[in-house]
Amino acid sequence: MPKTWASRRPEAIIVLEGSRQGVARIGRHFIDLVWRVGALSRFLVLVLLASGTSFRRFRLVVREVYFEGVQSLIIIVVSGLFVGMVLGLQGYETLQKYGAQESIGVLVALSLVRELGPVVAGLLFASRAGSAITAEIGLMKATEQITAMDMMAVSPMARVIAPRFWAGVISMPLLAALFSAMGVFGGYLVGVVLLGVDAGAFWSQMQAAVDFRYDVLNGVVKSFVFGIAVSAIATFEGFDAPPTAEGVSGATTRTVVSSALVILALDLVLTAFMLRQG
Amino acid sequence: MERTTLDFWFGAFVLAGFAALLVLALKVGNLGAETPSSTYRVQARFDNIGGLKVRAPVRSAGVLVGRVAEIRFDNDRFQASVTLALDARYGFPKDTSASILTSGLLGEQYIGLDAGGDDKKLADGDRITLTQSAIVLERLIGQFLFNKAQEDAAPSK
Repeated sequence: MPKTWASRRPEAIIVLEGSRQGVARIGRHFIDLVWRVGALSRFLVLVLLASGTSFRRFRLVVREVYFEGVQSLIIIVVSGLFVGMVLGLQGYETLQKYGAQESIGVLVALSLVRELGPVVAGLLFASRAGSAITAEIGLMKATEQITAMDMMAVSPMARVIAPRFWAGVISMPLLAALFSAMGVFGGYLVGVVLLGVDAGAFWSQMQAAVDFRYDVLNGVVKSFVFGIAVSAIATFEGFDAPPTAEGVSGATTRTVVSSALVILALDLVLTAFMLRQG
Repeated sequence: MERTTLDFWFGAFVLAGFAALLVLALKVGNLGAETPSSTYRVQARFDNIGGLKVRAPVRSAGVLVGRVAEIRFDNDRFQASVTLALDARYGFPKDTSASILTSGLLGEQYIGLDAGGDDKKLADGDRITLTQSAIVLERLIGQFLFNKAQEDAAPSK
């Protein structure tokens, strides 16, 4: 009887079996990802349909803006200041080699207004406010408050999810603008006050280079899109979290990780569009 | 309507956000700088525009008088056709010449206008006929080498 290839080399079977499982695991993750994207889109539509109440009872949104936006102010303002100061220091170091240290204002303002403001503020917002939203909604679900609302014929979508979603959408552009403004101020502190770049040249070169329509407004558009993305992900992950302690912690982690990835990917797409028209 | 502390913080937050936007628009951006309310457009043809871009400044005597509105390739003459939007407050004689210059050694390229002596002024839709193309560094070096080689060759004859 001819020996089969498999019976001669049993270890090959084990390797094959192992890789089969690996492929299956990758496939499972991929299917899970596609499922999540689909569920997230359906969820977003439901939120939009239920948002009428949040605008009729705007107080609900105001309350959430306080928790998401106002309480993120400190981290946004302080980080903005530090990012601007670091940009100023690093930029000065390089620009001074070419005798162009006056351009430090241009460097700081353009990189903040176009990219760093929306992106870093978005990342901070996702980790400061997004994770809190997910944990809150997830815990409400775990302690069956959401079910209780449903029983009382109060739509949890309209009462819990939509106000949090819209609060994020409102807060994000404002936070990004504050971040950029503080960053420019930080760059001014380092460049003009500390390193002695001429203040007139600092501001005038900045104003000549930064265009309101192409730079400032595009930055606002970006932060608005990031606000929608982060709020949608945060509320969805909270609503979708398994009602256990472990489930809520996993959902919180997923909010931060997927928000960060989505922000960076969206940034690439938006930048490509904006630069083409510019 | 009752007033709550939350409303105060919401208001303060929104005000701070819009103040930041205002700072970005006026102090950082160019919205505060006077943008010419009305402009007139003139055309200019160049053999080579180098690295000139749309929205590049148009300067006369170093002062910003307009911006490049459009750059097209004229397929009949095989030249670049550049449309300049000039500030309506400034008028230029008909025989004004336009040249593509570079600010600084490595700076951006802009169009410099040198006023002529004509009594008539440029009007909307006119064409600037006297133009000087951008200096392309490779051609300049090539020309220099060519001349040098000719100089070296000449005495041996």
